[in-house]
Formats: sequence, structure tokens, C-alpha cells
Amino acid sequence: MSQPIEKEVNRSAMQVLDEVAIQINNMNKWYGDFHVLKDIDLTVNRGERIVICGPSGSGKSTLIRCINRLEEHQKGDIIVDGTELSSDLKNIDKIRSEVGMCFQHFNLFPHLTILENCTLAPIWVRKTPKKEAEEVAMHFLEKVKIPEQALKYPGQLSGGQQQRVAIARSLCMKPRIMLFDEPTSALDPEMIAEVLDTMIELAEEGMTMLCVTHEMGFARKVANRVIFMDAGQIVEQNEPEEFFNNPQSERTQLFLSQILGH
Amino acid sequence: MTQEPYVRTEMLTEQPAPLGQTGIMRWMRENLFSGPMNTIITLVAVAVIARLLMDFIPWFFQPSWESTSLRQCIDDPAITGACWGVIRERFNQLMFGFYPSQEQWRPTLAFVLMFVAIAPVLFDKLPRKLMIFSALFPFLSIWLLWGGSIWGPTMTLAGFGIGYAALKLLSGPAGELVAMIVAVLATILWWLFGVSPVAEALHSVVSLGIPEVESSLFGGLMISVFIGVSGIAFSLPIGIVLALGRQSDMFIIKTLSVAYIEFIRGVPLITLLFVASVLLNYFLPPGTNFDIILRVVIMVTLFAAAYMAEVIRGGLAALPTGQYEAADALGLDYWKAMRLIIMPQALKISIPGIVGTFIGLFKDTTLVSIIGLLDPVGLITSIRGDADWNGIVWELYAFIAFMFWIFTFSMSRYSMYLENKLKTTH
Repeated sequence: MSQPIEKEVNRSAMQVLDEVAIQINNMNKWYGDFHVLKDIDLTVNRGERIVICGPSGSGKSTLIRCINRLEEHQKGDIIVDGTELSSDLKNIDKIRSEVGMCFQHFNLFPHLTILENCTLAPIWVRKTPKKEAEEVAMHFLEKVKIPEQALKYPGQLSGGQQQRVAIARSLCMKPRIMLFDEPTSALDPEMIAEVLDTMIELAEEGMTMLCVTHEMGFARKVANRVIFMDAGQIVEQNEPEEFFNNPQSERTQLFLSQILGH
Repeated sequence: MTQEPYVRTEMLTEQPAPLGQTGIMRWMRENLFSGPMNTIITLVAVAVIARLLMDFIPWFFQPSWESTSLRQCIDDPAITGACWGVIRERFNQLMFGFYPSQEQWRPTLAFVLMFVAIAPVLFDKLPRKLMIFSALFPFLSIWLLWGGSIWGPTMTLAGFGIGYAALKLLSGPAGELVAMIVAVLATILWWLFGVSPVAEALHSVVSLGIPEVESSLFGGLMISVFIGVSGIAFSLPIGIVLALGRQSDMFIIKTLSVAYIEFIRGVPLITLLFVASVLLNYFLPPGTNFDIILRVVIMVTLFAAAYMAEVIRGGLAALPTGQYEAADALGLDYWKAMRLIIMPQALKISIPGIVGTFIGLFKDTTLVSIIGLLDPVGLITSIRGDADWNGIVWELYAFIAFMFWIFTFSMSRYSMYLENKLKTTH
């Protein structure tokens, strides 16, 4: 399950600022009659790296998908960068362009080249001139170490490369918050490492990150807080050392013994 | 039994395939003679094809090109098969119907220009500036075919200019939505009340034009191509809008789209054509002269659009939801997401279906013979009514079938080319 991380992680570079990035108050969500998220309260400060874990169906993906309105919540408030998420389309678009997201299945646009994938949103949403957008895109593609693939199509890349492109694509919008929805779950072990390395670099630069992941190695080294969810609720949250070495709730202990036990 | 430990010390190099495993020999062995049963089937099939060709080739190759009547073909001992004289003598009619012969250069020119107009749409390597001509072509072709003063189509075209000017002038002070509404209204009002008096006035000052040709003289392949191409050009965008409407979250839009699609698909095209030819006249104010060919084009377009919508909906449904989510997550609004992400992929998936609908539409244009338009099939009846050609059947149908096949086969080839070109995996 958890990938050993060989890369040296420079934790001192990751500073948590005294400034709220995401504020979630008493948030509830239902799928029809099914109560998926129950009374979620969560405050994320700028620069925090939060790992959310839990069994499947616990609502962890739904939680981060609510933050950029891929899912609609029915009760409570979500405030992202001072903007409240409501059905107001203007607010939604504003938040979406500030919040980057990476998906389990990458969701690159298969009909566009890697470079076009990265420049599309800056050109059409931010109105960046094409040339400038391409320079920015190349900068981030170099950062995720695949500039030579810029003119290929997503279908010609490996899974790990595709996920790194997906990260670069999000970064091109210069987001202040990044959401990761199980970014390594669809990857081979060899490729997991390259994606995690990219995410670590991002953390070192002070990006606010929320990651749904089962990579406990990543959680230990990078996260400053680990949240455990079960049955649509936050069951436990703590610093990684405490969380892994001294879990309080029985449910957390069971979960950890299952995923770390072998 | 234990396995000896093994470590490969050098990697093998590539070798050519063994003889007889590549090229035509391999293909024949795999596809034609792969077993006793398949060998027998191959031989039987070859025998049947040979037998058919032995009958067809002598019938087809006949020195009958110059004959002037069926009688002549029958009496001439040298001619034992097809009497092709009918094609030579009636070629112009099969192409243009009863379009005046001194004006037939006009549909011919329009036909040639049509390829110029379509080319930049079909092949994205051509300069994008050519699209300007593609946009002007509908007006140009209608003017060429029906003739009349040049001011009519020019003033119709000017309607777009008026709309654009209104949009530019008002979007600053009055806001975009108001400007948009005013622009659309201004354009429609201009078309309804402005175009004809202004065009007439201009015509009385500077009379530029070509002789008018009545719709009733139109016929032949020209009518099929005109209806087919217009139907194809307009049904695709309408189909896209309907498909999006059917997927919409908005109840009224969704209901209207579903109702439209299900109604049109539930009705035979013939009925709609009869509505176009007979019923519409009852609804329109008396004295309006709403061209029959235009009415048929509208009906054929509306008909094909319903099918198109379903084909495209299939493409939309085939897209993973991740594509919608990724577009949303990047902050693209609905229209941008549709235009840049969803539609290009959905249309690509639906190419076989779309082209299938196009081909069906093009062939369905022969149904207009039932409401009295003289398309090639309609003309057959009138040609056979002539004493000279009374009794001729195969030659005419074969010729028309061949004409249609050229068009439909090119569409089919183009769709294969396009699918290949849009392939973005290995």
C-alpha cells in the first residue's frame, strides 16, 4: 500500500501561515436519501498539507469534491479564499479557477496535446495570450520533468507521466490550493514514486494541499495533519506522528492495522 | 524436478519474419485458404462472382452510346445489352431537370464552387481565411441557382452586418444581454421588412442581376445535391443543440428537446414532405410565395436533425464523466467546456453515426419525387413517358445509382480519413 519515499523531504520549507484558506462549517451532503457527509467542520490554513484517509465509501473523495463544487452540499458553509460557495455561478467559477484538482484517472483531454491540455484553461479562462500561456506551460512541464512530451497526446504517455501532466495542467492556472483525489491509486508502484516526488516538491514550495490518498509514507513525511474519515464523518485528526503511532479511536486503529499490517 | 537458476546475460536482437509469413501470401493463406471449409467457400464465391460478371460485362459494354431511341437499340444487331443512348441524350436533364439550357452554367459553377467552400471545412490544413468564402457560399449559391437581382442576397447578408453593428454599439452602454437581444431583433426585423424594399430600390438605381429561374424548372441531380448538402450543413448544428438540450439540467429545455426528437423520429419523412408541399400553404398568410424547394430543405433538415441529435447524444454518453469534471475543475464555463472539451470528443466518437445519417439523408432526397419535385428518380418517369425511351429501365436506374454512390462513397471515405486523422493514441 504505502510507497517508501527515498527523497529527502525538506519539512522546514513547508510553513503554515496564520491565514485561513478553506473554512468548512457544519457541512452536510446527501445523495438522494443517503447521508454521505455528516457535520463536517474543517479549517485549512494556508500552507497546510492535509492527508485524508479512510475506508472506501467513507466520503473522503466527496468531501474534497465539495470544495470546488464538483459535488453540491446541501447544508452548512464552505468558504474558499474568502469566497462562499453557493449556487452563484460567478463564485463557483472564481473558486474553481483558484483551486487546482488532480483526479484518480488523470482526466487529461485525449484530443489535445500535452501542451494544449496545459494552455487551454489559462487561455480561455484567464485570457492569457497564447504565447505566454505556452511559456508558463513549458515551465511547469519542466518542473514535473516531462517537457520533451509536450507535443504528444495523453494516450501516448504512461500513467505516471499522465498524472504529472495533470498536475502541471492544474498548476498552469496558478492555483493557491491543490486538491488531490487518490492521485496514485491507478498507478503501478514504479510510477507512484514519480508522482509523489512531484507532490512533495509542490509541498516544499508552500502549496496548500488536500490529498485523499492511502500513501502513508507520503502522509508521514509531508502532511502536517492526517484526517481519518469513516461513514461520512471525521473520526480522528492529528499530526502524522501521533496519528500513526498513537491512534485514539478504535476505528482508526483497525484501519491502520489493516493498511499497514502487510 | 527443480529449475536451474537462469540469468540472461545478453538481450536478443530483432530478426526478420520467416518466409511466407508476410505480404500477400500470408494474407491469402490467412484470409482465403485457412482451412478446407474456407477454401471451398472461397472457390464457390469466386465462381459465383465470375458467373455474375460474365453476364454483366457483356450487358454493360455495348456500342449503344450514340443511339437515339430504344427502338434503334433493339433493331441494331450489334447492340445486345444496355442502351446507353438515353444517358447521353438526357444527361443534361438528369443533371439539371428543366433548368433553361443557356443558364445551366450557373448550377455548374455553384457545384464547382461548393467544393471550394467545403474544402476548408473538411481539411484543416487549408488556410483558415478560405472559411470566409464558405460562409458567403450559401448566399452566392442561392443567387446563382434562382437568379434575380444581386441586391437581394447582398441585403440579406447586410442583415448580419446590422446585427453586428448593433451588438458593438450597444454592448458598451447597455450591457451584453440587451445588446444581444437588440442585435438579434434588428437583424430579424431587417430581414422581414427591410431587405425587399431596399433591394428593389437599389435595383431600380443600379440593376445588376442574372435572369430569374423558377423553382418548378429545377430538377435532376442538382436538386438532390442542393437539398442534400443544405440538409447536411444545417442538420449538424441543430442536432448538436438538440443533443445538448436533451442532456440539459433545465427541465423545459430538456422536455422540448425530447418532445421534438421523439415526435420527428416517430413520423415518416414522406409525411413531413407532404406537410411541406401541401399543408404549410394553409398556415402561411395567403399570397406568400414560400419556395417549395426551400420548404423541402427545411423539412429534410428538421428530420435529419432529430436523428443527428440521437447520434451525438450517443457520443456524449460515451464520454467518461471525468472529462466533464476536469473541464469544470479548471473553471471552464458550460459553453466553453462543451465547445473545447466535450463536443470535439463526442463528435469524434459519433463520426460513423453522423456520416451514416448524412448518407441516409442524401439518399432520402429521392423521396421528393413523391411530392412532384423532379429529382433524378422523378425524372425517370418523365423520360420513360417519352415515346423514344418508353420501356427503358435498367440503364437509368443504374446511372442514378452510380451517381448517388459516388457521393455516398466519398462521404464514407472521408469519414474513415477523419477517424484516422483524429486518432490520438499509438
